[in-house]
Amino acid sequence: MKRIKGGEEASGGESPPEACKKLRTEISEESEAKAAGESPLCDWSLLPQEILLHIFQYLPLLDRAYASQVCRGWNEAFHMPELWRCFEFELNQPASSYLKATHPDLIKQIIKRHSNHLQYVSFKVDSSTESAEAACDILSQLVNCSLKTLGLISTARPSFMEVPKSHFISALTVVFVNSKSLSSLKIDDTPVDDPSLKVLVANNSDTLKLLKMSSCPHVSPAGILCVADQCHGLRELALNYHLLSDELLLALSSEKHVHLEHLRIDVVSENPGQHFHTIKKSSWDAMVRHSPKFNLVMYFFLYEDEFGPFFNDEIPITHLYFGRSVSKEVLGRVGLHCPRLVELVVCANGLRPLDEELIRIAKHCTQLSAIGLGECEVSCSAFVEFVKMCGRRLSQLSIMEEVLIPDHKYSLDEIHWEVSKHLGRVWFPDMMPTW
Amino acid sequence: FVGVFTVFRGLSAVSTCSQSCSANPTLTTLFIFNAAMKNSDSMGVNTIHWFRKGLRLHDNPALRDSIRGTDTLRCIYILDPWFAGSSSVGINRWRFLLHCLEDLDASLRKLNSRLFVIRGQPTDVFPRLFREWNIARLSYEYDSEPFGKERDAAIQKLASEAGVEVTVRISHTLYNLDKIIELNDGQPPLTYKRFQAIINQMDAVELPAETIISKVIKNCTTPITHDHDDKFGVPSLEELGFETEGLSTAVWPGGETEALMRLERHLERKAWVANFERPRMNSNSLLAAPTGLSPYLRFGCLSCRLFYFKLTDLYKKVKKNSTPPLSLYGQLLWREFFYTTATNNPCFDKMEGNPVCLQIPWDRNPEALAKWAEGQTGYPWIDAIMTQLRQEGWIHHLARHAVACFLTRGDLWISWEEGMKVFEELLLDADWSVNAGSWMWLSCSSFFQQFFHCYCPVGFGRRTDPSGDYIRRYLPVLRGFPAKYIYDPWNAPEDVQKAAKCIIGTNYPRPMVNHAEASRVNIERMKQIYQQLSCYKGLVISVSSSYGESSRDQASLRFACTRASQRTLPQGPLFIG
Repeated sequence: MKRIKGGEEASGGESPPEACKKLRTEISEESEAKAAGESPLCDWSLLPQEILLHIFQYLPLLDRAYASQVCRGWNEAFHMPELWRCFEFELNQPASSYLKATHPDLIKQIIKRHSNHLQYVSFKVDSSTESAEAACDILSQLVNCSLKTLGLISTARPSFMEVPKSHFISALTVVFVNSKSLSSLKIDDTPVDDPSLKVLVANNSDTLKLLKMSSCPHVSPAGILCVADQCHGLRELALNYHLLSDELLLALSSEKHVHLEHLRIDVVSENPGQHFHTIKKSSWDAMVRHSPKFNLVMYFFLYEDEFGPFFNDEIPITHLYFGRSVSKEVLGRVGLHCPRLVELVVCANGLRPLDEELIRIAKHCTQLSAIGLGECEVSCSAFVEFVKMCGRRLSQLSIMEEVLIPDHKYSLDEIHWEVSKHLGRVWFPDMMPTW
Repeated sequence: FVGVFTVFRGLSAVSTCSQSCSANPTLTTLFIFNAAMKNSDSMGVNTIHWFRKGLRLHDNPALRDSIRGTDTLRCIYILDPWFAGSSSVGINRWRFLLHCLEDLDASLRKLNSRLFVIRGQPTDVFPRLFREWNIARLSYEYDSEPFGKERDAAIQKLASEAGVEVTVRISHTLYNLDKIIELNDGQPPLTYKRFQAIINQMDAVELPAETIISKVIKNCTTPITHDHDDKFGVPSLEELGFETEGLSTAVWPGGETEALMRLERHLERKAWVANFERPRMNSNSLLAAPTGLSPYLRFGCLSCRLFYFKLTDLYKKVKKNSTPPLSLYGQLLWREFFYTTATNNPCFDKMEGNPVCLQIPWDRNPEALAKWAEGQTGYPWIDAIMTQLRQEGWIHHLARHAVACFLTRGDLWISWEEGMKVFEELLLDADWSVNAGSWMWLSCSSFFQQFFHCYCPVGFGRRTDPSGDYIRRYLPVLRGFPAKYIYDPWNAPEDVQKAAKCIIGTNYPRPMVNHAEASRVNIERMKQIYQQLSCYKGLVISVSSSYGESSRDQASLRFACTRASQRTLPQGPLFIG
């Protein structure tokens, strides 16, 4: 009768379902033996390691840690490299966060035993500088790592910006130098600078596919251009508008470059009356020619009178978000110049109805499938017309109830039926509680 | 027969008595003899009606039902002395409550009764009262909140130990909330639309019970001692430890009488407008209206069912008998919605351990919280609203949205629980369920909310009240600013500030955050949270394809988290359809 000990007899490369099947056969053999009067041997400690691994992968870390205390075999399974490929370090201080942090002992263990297993790593930090510094300390120790993914994520105020720049840069450089196959990098709201980007490029230009660096004030257009020039596999890029240049777009559209999939640009006003440069239409055209399916996502956080340089020419925006108030006039220009528009969100507009502008968008933006309107006004009739023109392609229609102004044709109660009819599904506006 | 007498005393079974009476004429004689000895507590049926909310004599079915066959009636209100001292309830809330109690006392006086205000905790108070007053019956209005249910279960246990019959009736909500939950397969509806759909399936709302008037109460007496005012009188604010010097008159006077007057005015105004649509927001809407009803609904001075039926009648009259739409009862139904969601969830007012609340990494920042609570944010729109709240105890619901958004997902990224606590202290109509539920809603922590709706602390105010008069009224220091700059006075040139006799940074604080920057950061944070929800299908503006993390790896990344992955919210129809 076969027995299973640890992982010795399990054949290498056997998939968990196979191993399970094997075990089931063996257990049934054992119970036959039991029925035949022999001592029962169905023993959890004899589970093959692949099965343990498979099961452990379903357990949250804490439960897995408890399981590892059960016996030596399970403790060994707990430390199998496959379980340590991904890790999310949560760094919180009680004074600044309600959430618990990754235990410092666990962090020590990981650095000691598993740093060379880590491949997909992220750091979530709260608003305290200590948490960001702790993240940098850990990064500095990941010398044996060959990371594929690295994410530095502030869950509240951007605390990486409070860390002394040199400390941050040197920690980041450790990763850039040692991980020669970084494919995905998220470093928004950090003090990363041009020289460190050069190091990144020097070591990872072949593998880098995703780079998110919105709100990195120490990077210059030249710095990001260097990345675009060298990292030809880059498919996703997120940055602020001040880093965007015609050269950058051309570099991303060069022959050697793969098709770009996703470009996100944040346009943020630091002071009222700020001046923004323009991008030539030809640069955008080059992008579209090179990557016809790419998503251009733009977030605008501007004062109403700062939109001068924008939407005067055709621009291949697909996802457009207005975080502050945007004027009727600008929305009119959007209707004219954004033929690829897929998703539109307007947080606020004002007290003049957006009827014409919406109709125009329905007419020209034939790809539009999602729209959200916050503090705006639209007459019910115009809204119904808009929905009729868009038809069933509108998969997301998120309109605050206050937006819709009843008129002679439709009251608020009637409008949702009309709209539902044209959408082909039941629809209601978004509501906010009234006390 | 004497033996039977003592049995009756212990059981307080008037119903049994009346059944026996019809069968046994001798017992009837005894019963009448009993009734003749009305003033003696040692015989006859002595009842306590316990006011908690439901501070009214109209539509009070618990009181009405317990009066039947009662000999003596005492209406009590238990004042927990600990609460008076704690700062979690502000002076306006206390004053409103005291007004309500005084009004009840006055109304009961007209019925030859009085209100008994008793200091202490219910679990201590009741055994004593049951004994002292020889109580046979206890009645109260059903309280659906988890804490209330727990407290009432303890009291019911004490009552049954003392042989006291308990009468409980539902009248604080339109419906029996458990039935709503039952109709939704044992779960409270988590979207307002679903809730409305369930409501449509419910039986009609029960009619309000008849008002307790002399005719109803004629067979009862209330034993009133000469020292009633000392022992059981309604306390004053000073007695509760509040400083009342300089306190302005209440903008919202409490009490059933005031509530009913307001109801009439409210209906008159609606009839005059002959338009039952949601009224357009203007600067006047921000001010306390003499037709406002929310605090009266919360304390129960006004019956929600009475309001419901009066609205229905008026609508049918004005619109010639057509069926009223659900939107007519918006205010009442939102209240009902939150009560329903909260009734079985003792963790409803917390983030941690609350199955309907998203675990969001809010910032802990007591300094920033204090600035918000005290109206020192440097944003006049926010500060004026918080000032009105603190001074008067009520703010318009859009004003609530503005300050709640600012505190949580809009600007300060502080936990909604903190905001909820401040509202609990200051807001007259904030009760546990509605307050917690609304804060979760406004902070996008629950109920599948669209988090892109961000209220600008400058623009929103400016659009609501372009003249700026609201700001000038509550922040007199900014009176001198012209409308152009009053919402963002830090942008005003120096000469304007000088002319206004208010230098920003000296006489009025600078803005505590840069709104554009803060909202940019926060929308990103909200996106991070929502992207992790596998069931979220809302506006996913620029969802990153997260290239480089294959789905398998993303899965294992989730498992590697130190806390259980974001709970997927219970299945319910999504916000769209």
